Amino acid sequence: MTQTPHISVQHLNVHIGNQHILNDININIPDKKVTSIIGPSGCGKTTLLKSFNRLLDNTPGVKITGKVLVDGEDIYDPKAEVTHIRKKMGLLSQRPYPLPMSIYDNIAYGPRIHGIKKKQVLDQLVEEQLKATGLWNEVKDRLNASASRLSIGQQQRLCLARGLAVNPEIILGDESTSALDPVSTSIIEDLFISLKEKYSIVLVTHILRQARRVSDYIIFVYGGKVIEFGPTEEVLLNPKEELTREYVKGYIS
Amino acid sequence: MKLRKTEEVFFKILMILAAVIVCGSFFLIVGTIFAKGIPYMSLDMLTKTPGGGFYIGKEGGILNAIIGSLYVAGGATILGLFISVPVAIFINIYINGKKFLSDSLRVAFDVLFGIPSIVYGAFGFLIMVYFGFRASLLGGIIAVTLLVIPILVRTLDEVIRTVPRELGDAALSLGATRWEMAKVVLRQIKPGIFTAILLSFGRAIGDVASVLFTAGFSDNIPTSLHEPAATLPLAIFFQLSSPVEEVQGRGYASALILTIIVLIITVLSEILIKKFSKHKS
Repeated sequence: MTQTPHISVQHLNVHIGNQHILNDININIPDKKVTSIIGPSGCGKTTLLKSFNRLLDNTPGVKITGKVLVDGEDIYDPKAEVTHIRKKMGLLSQRPYPLPMSIYDNIAYGPRIHGIKKKQVLDQLVEEQLKATGLWNEVKDRLNASASRLSIGQQQRLCLARGLAVNPEIILGDESTSALDPVSTSIIEDLFISLKEKYSIVLVTHILRQARRVSDYIIFVYGGKVIEFGPTEEVLLNPKEELTREYVKGYIS
Repeated sequence: MKLRKTEEVFFKILMILAAVIVCGSFFLIVGTIFAKGIPYMSLDMLTKTPGGGFYIGKEGGILNAIIGSLYVAGGATILGLFISVPVAIFINIYINGKKFLSDSLRVAFDVLFGIPSIVYGAFGFLIMVYFGFRASLLGGIIAVTLLVIPILVRTLDEVIRTVPRELGDAALSLGATRWEMAKVVLRQIKPGIFTAILLSFGRAIGDVASVLFTAGFSDNIPTSLHEPAATLPLAIFFQLSSPVEEVQGRGYASALILTIIVLIITVLSEILIKKFSKHKS
């Protein structure tokens, strides 16, 4: 890889209780590309993702060592400000969790906590992000309706818009389509592909076809270790490691 | 095969029987209070304080106790909320991760929950004696607050624990501080807060032992926190212990009033819960 990495993970080790969840992870996540983390359930892929925005900190009994550099800044530096780090990354979780407020307020929530109060600015932001996620035409007449009234696919796009509204650099997706129907899934996948022009995207997925459809790079994690990392086609079609080959062929899951 | 069927029938009958006992005793209690209280119910009971010969069956009502009880229960619930909401948030959001600390706090509140109300009354009384207070509305409110805090904390704790962790994570990943995240969680549990208020108010208005020494009793409506205040449960107790039939009947009428107040609060909170759960998925 020639470009500068956006996230650089160096000797990351994560223990939760007595379990060694992540074992000496070293990875460079490229800028403005879609990178998928694949691997069997329980291999640590979600843990790896959550280490990027320090949500992992809230897990009881967690111990984290090593470095995660975002734009060259170590986010685990004791002096690093956690709200500032998290603002840089939008998180899209497995199921949509709209905030208990209206559609408008869901998107305005982030900008508001970061100090934007002017109604005009907020109006514009809300419209912009709803358009970016293709929701505008579906909801423009009911912005004050409760977000929980939306369909689950719409809610997931709303959550994406909500994340984009704080102007992040990176989008983290944790199996973001696993609760969605095929149509909504494909809308979200298309969004990821179009959003990589402006954002670096890291996705956790257990669907190999999805990883193939959307990602430029793939990280294969197994047993808490990075087994293989490379361009999508290479990892999926011509893996270097025996474990990757077995996983891709479906022998291990 | 036959045994399984018999078993099925047996337990079905057992369940129906249990349900009948529960419903039956509910109607029996309410029915008794209505039957005995209605004849003595009058507008005077609701709108007048005890007159000169009230306790020997002459004119007057129990407005003093109605107002006193509302003051005590309302004051204690509000004061209790100011303490228990922060505690519940602290346990669930701020010390999330240090399991030992949150578990110890939960055990402490479980113990407090089990303490009989007379002990809170006695404790409140001791504090009052120490500070040289007389029995007063304030004393009653403080003792009852101690009584309802564990109820409020436990209920809020249960409700906050039902909030999916991912909702908090969603707020955090937008760059929210813990307190901002707590506010989102509080919005999510608004209906639960009303349930907690209802439970607390219901317990507070019906409890007699905690106000026995602390609030005292008075035939007048308290005009300041330092005056003694009558409460409905005590009013019922005094009237029912009277040998005068008229006064005993009024005791049942007072019990009826107390029951109706609790009923109104329950229905009202149900309506409010529906109204406020608008944003809940």
